[in-house]
Amino acid sequence: MTALVVAEHDNAALNPATLNAIAAAQAIGGDVDVLVAGSGSQPVADAAAQVAGVRKVLHADAAHYGHALAENLAPLVVSLAEPYEHILAAATTTGKNVMPRVAALLDCAQISDIIGVESSDTFIRPIYAGNVIATVKSADAKKVITVRTTAFDPVAASGGSGAVEAAASADDAGLSEFVGEELTKSDRPELTAADIIVSGGRGVGSSENFAVIEALADKLGAAVGASRAAVDAGYVPNDYQVGQTGKVVAPNLYVAVGISGAIQHLAGMKDSKVIVAINKDEEAPIFGVADYGLVGDLFKEVPAMVEALDK
Amino acid sequence: MKILVAVKRAIDYNVKARPKADGSAVDLANVKMSMNPFDEIAVEEAIRIQEAGNASETIAVSIGPKQCQETLRTAMAMGVDRGILVETDEEIQPLAAAKVLKAVIEKEQPELVLLGKQAIDDDSNQTGQMLAALLGWPQGTFACGVALADGGLEVRREIDGGIQTVKLKLPAVVTSDLRLNEPRYVKLPNIMKAKKKPLDTLTVDELGVDVTPRLTLLKAAEPPARQGGIKVPDVATLVDKLRNEAKVI
Amino acid sequence: MEREAMEFDVVIVGGGPSGLAAAIRLRQLAVENDRELTVCVLEKGSEIGAHILSGAVMEPRALDELLPDWKDLGAPLNTPATEDRFMFLSEKRAYRFLTPPQQNNHGNYIVSLGNVCRWLAEQAEALEVEIYPGFAAAEVLYHDDGSVKGVATNDMGRTREGEEGPNFELGMELHARQTLFAEGCRGSLTKTLFERFGLREGVDPQVYGLGIKELWEIEPGKHQSGQITHTAGWPMDMSTYGGSWMYHFDDNLVSIGFVVGLDYQNPYLSPFEEMQRFKTHPLIRDVLEGGRRLAYGARAISAGGYQSIPKLTFPGGMLIGDCAGFLNVPKIKGTHTAMKSGMTAAEAVFEALADESASGVEVAAYRERLEQTWLWDELYRVRNIKPAFHWGLPAAIAYSAIDTVLLRGKAPWTLRHRADHETLKPAAACKPIDYPKPDGKLTFDKLSSVFLSNTNHEEEQPCHLTLRDDSVPVKVNFERYAGPEQRYCPAGVYEFVEEGGETRLQINAQNCVHCKTCDIKDPTQNINWVTPEGGGGPNYPNM
Repeated sequence: MTALVVAEHDNAALNPATLNAIAAAQAIGGDVDVLVAGSGSQPVADAAAQVAGVRKVLHADAAHYGHALAENLAPLVVSLAEPYEHILAAATTTGKNVMPRVAALLDCAQISDIIGVESSDTFIRPIYAGNVIATVKSADAKKVITVRTTAFDPVAASGGSGAVEAAASADDAGLSEFVGEELTKSDRPELTAADIIVSGGRGVGSSENFAVIEALADKLGAAVGASRAAVDAGYVPNDYQVGQTGKVVAPNLYVAVGISGAIQHLAGMKDSKVIVAINKDEEAPIFGVADYGLVGDLFKEVPAMVEALDK
Repeated sequence: MKILVAVKRAIDYNVKARPKADGSAVDLANVKMSMNPFDEIAVEEAIRIQEAGNASETIAVSIGPKQCQETLRTAMAMGVDRGILVETDEEIQPLAAAKVLKAVIEKEQPELVLLGKQAIDDDSNQTGQMLAALLGWPQGTFACGVALADGGLEVRREIDGGIQTVKLKLPAVVTSDLRLNEPRYVKLPNIMKAKKKPLDTLTVDELGVDVTPRLTLLKAAEPPARQGGIKVPDVATLVDKLRNEAKVI
Repeated sequence: MEREAMEFDVVIVGGGPSGLAAAIRLRQLAVENDRELTVCVLEKGSEIGAHILSGAVMEPRALDELLPDWKDLGAPLNTPATEDRFMFLSEKRAYRFLTPPQQNNHGNYIVSLGNVCRWLAEQAEALEVEIYPGFAAAEVLYHDDGSVKGVATNDMGRTREGEEGPNFELGMELHARQTLFAEGCRGSLTKTLFERFGLREGVDPQVYGLGIKELWEIEPGKHQSGQITHTAGWPMDMSTYGGSWMYHFDDNLVSIGFVVGLDYQNPYLSPFEEMQRFKTHPLIRDVLEGGRRLAYGARAISAGGYQSIPKLTFPGGMLIGDCAGFLNVPKIKGTHTAMKSGMTAAEAVFEALADESASGVEVAAYRERLEQTWLWDELYRVRNIKPAFHWGLPAAIAYSAIDTVLLRGKAPWTLRHRADHETLKPAAACKPIDYPKPDGKLTFDKLSSVFLSNTNHEEEQPCHLTLRDDSVPVKVNFERYAGPEQRYCPAGVYEFVEEGGETRLQINAQNCVHCKTCDIKDPTQNINWVTPEGGGGPNYPNM
């Protein structure tokens, strides 16, 4: 039993999400190979070969793989799929774009966004926005899988000694071309895509006071969110809202500041990997879900945290 | 240009799903069903393209039980010209849906197919990509902007950390993300008019598609309740724990 | 900009049991008499049944008359009543009393009234009734001569500030020769009609109860299909009107609820907390423990009965169902009377509209016909039971027995009501109530309860809980009555918060489950509940 993990990268460096996908592949068992398809992507192939537990790296390098266009990448994966029972990628926007196309070309189902492995054909995945956890069994000979990265701890990026093998490129399908990319740089990341989120609640007290939250967010490179109470009180606009009626988020780190933790809010962030709560009310329900709770005045603790992060 | 939009009847987004007590399935008895919200965005986009004079006809397709007629009527009340229901009581998984849609597309010959990026029931996020693969068409997934540009289509896509723009040849498949547009309110008189628009019904057998499910649901469970962790005495400890224990900063 | 208008013979505001029964009866008559008659039903809920909440034990009397073959048509009346229990509770014990005769449920069914309405809507649509859920009637329209011309739906897509947002759509006018208001208890348009046509002159004020309901799925071994339990006593004190129901029905489901009379006096009382506390009684705890709560909701009910029935007709329209107040309180049932009023109205309207030119006329025959039905007789006989509760529970029980058994409801006197918003005592004169904390298994907090009602409102819209005077909440409600809206609202809509040393009222309108309690109980009647955008509010499944 061997698995192929489709690496995600920018032709210069391996995206760390790949390490989580490799971890999921290892959880299934058997050998793990990695496909690096890109343009001028030798450094990525070399990096992938260093990843702990990787048997070998298949490296396809051609101009038309430069931007991971699904129309070109999917046929390549399919052409290499024969020896593999499992084909995985991280459930990033790239993985979600490419892998169903692979699955359809192989005439098999995809198992999306898995958070657990039961056996080589049975997987756990959230459905209905995480309100139900489904255990599903695949009847297909090949399993095409995307992996929720926060559910699998990444494997070590070094310590491995896989071989790098050149893989034959497929032709440019000529269906699509890359025009451009605007990556959010200076501005804060989008809520739903952010790795870290700092959210403020009613406890923040006013629109002006939200500067305290923003300062911490900027220090962490985080997105800013808010509870419905803060939105209803007019401190921040609607699109900041995390919760049942707002956005559902699952970052690596969620910092809830001055948020009591009503279920409506929890519904929107409970799948975060690590939750931190800062609140002056030690009875606040948010502490019931927080990995780390700090009881105190947010106007003192949050600036102190910004300072501590500098050290 | 003819546009086809695929619409799924799914649990209403205001309603919380829960597993049945025996864990055998999700309990949907008497639960409000609506058009999948991402599909509503796709319908809106199709109508806007038509209203801008760039589409000759818009068609909505749904696959599922008889009640999907309501979903199609909603699409028509929003402004789509006609509806096609592929009626079946079988469970339709994404690959099967893509195959059924492919068969309909071969009959209708649209140049653009719009779908929601995912349905809020199974959260698969597959059907559009699979359909594009089966048709051998390009795909513009997670679209937040669609523009016709010299014989092709320019699609702005929401990717992790930003926006990517790709150019696609037509015919193409596009799946809508949340920010593509804000769907219109359906007007009362348009609901009445929609009742008179044509709605054809096909069956899976007529289309000759094998829709056998490939995945079996073994168990549907409530998500485990999150356990509270520890209280830290001060900020210094907190930052230390985040750095060295949780390793998230 | 001018609103578009659509013309119908009859427009019905509200898709509950009375509105749907009226629609069905109208179209039945049209088909039988081969007459053209267009009937439209507007429903503010996102679908028929979304806003329906009831116990409910249903007496099929009206349904038998309306659709005699309801069994064959698949009506969801699946659980026949088997056992009636009436219990008096002390804190730890339960004493079984003789079931009051009005509560004998032989021949009745335990149902989800929401599902019954969904089914009634299917029957109505089969008869070509046009049903539009998701559209709220927000305004009554009048002809120049003052008669009702129809209703208008509210604008969609206004911002919080009332400006036109990007997806703005103007409301629609629905014109009708006759408009039937079937808004349910404390209808927001009905309220304006009361004033405009003086419909409440010479009748007692309407009085109300707030019913809070939870739907549970219990362990199969504990389920007693068809069992009906009502309780009085604990946790209410002897001077507060309240009681509970618990019905076992369908597959391991239990409907459990608590009703508090809104004439309560202590502003510290919280109907929601009373319901939670009630569940900790051994009689209830034993049933629910090990089960899971599936749904939650709340709704005010009209409890005034006979002496509170307003004038029912006015030029161009009429009131049917609970917005007129046809609930039989001792029977704890109103579905059969609501339906009967709708059917009777339909017959009177059908007759009046035979005259092609009849538009905007007052169909007084509705009331005359109603007085000839079993509904009127039923309500007259029980008219003195509820008001007797002003004397406290023991006296009321004694009186009820005399009135019912000896006088058979024909007492030569009628006891009077007083309005619920006048009954609160100042907080200074009352003792705060110490409610136990929720345990998250049997008892819950408000917000996790509202979560189960699937309530939502489009965020960007003007607040539908309007205040006549912005200073009253703090100056009167908070300072004199300790902010009773924080406690009587079962959805956590009202919160007094401190900001910068000042107290202000925070209105979380999105949580509103449309129960109407604030509109009823607010001591100075400063809160005016108006309808939000159609489709907002709870989405009750199986309630």
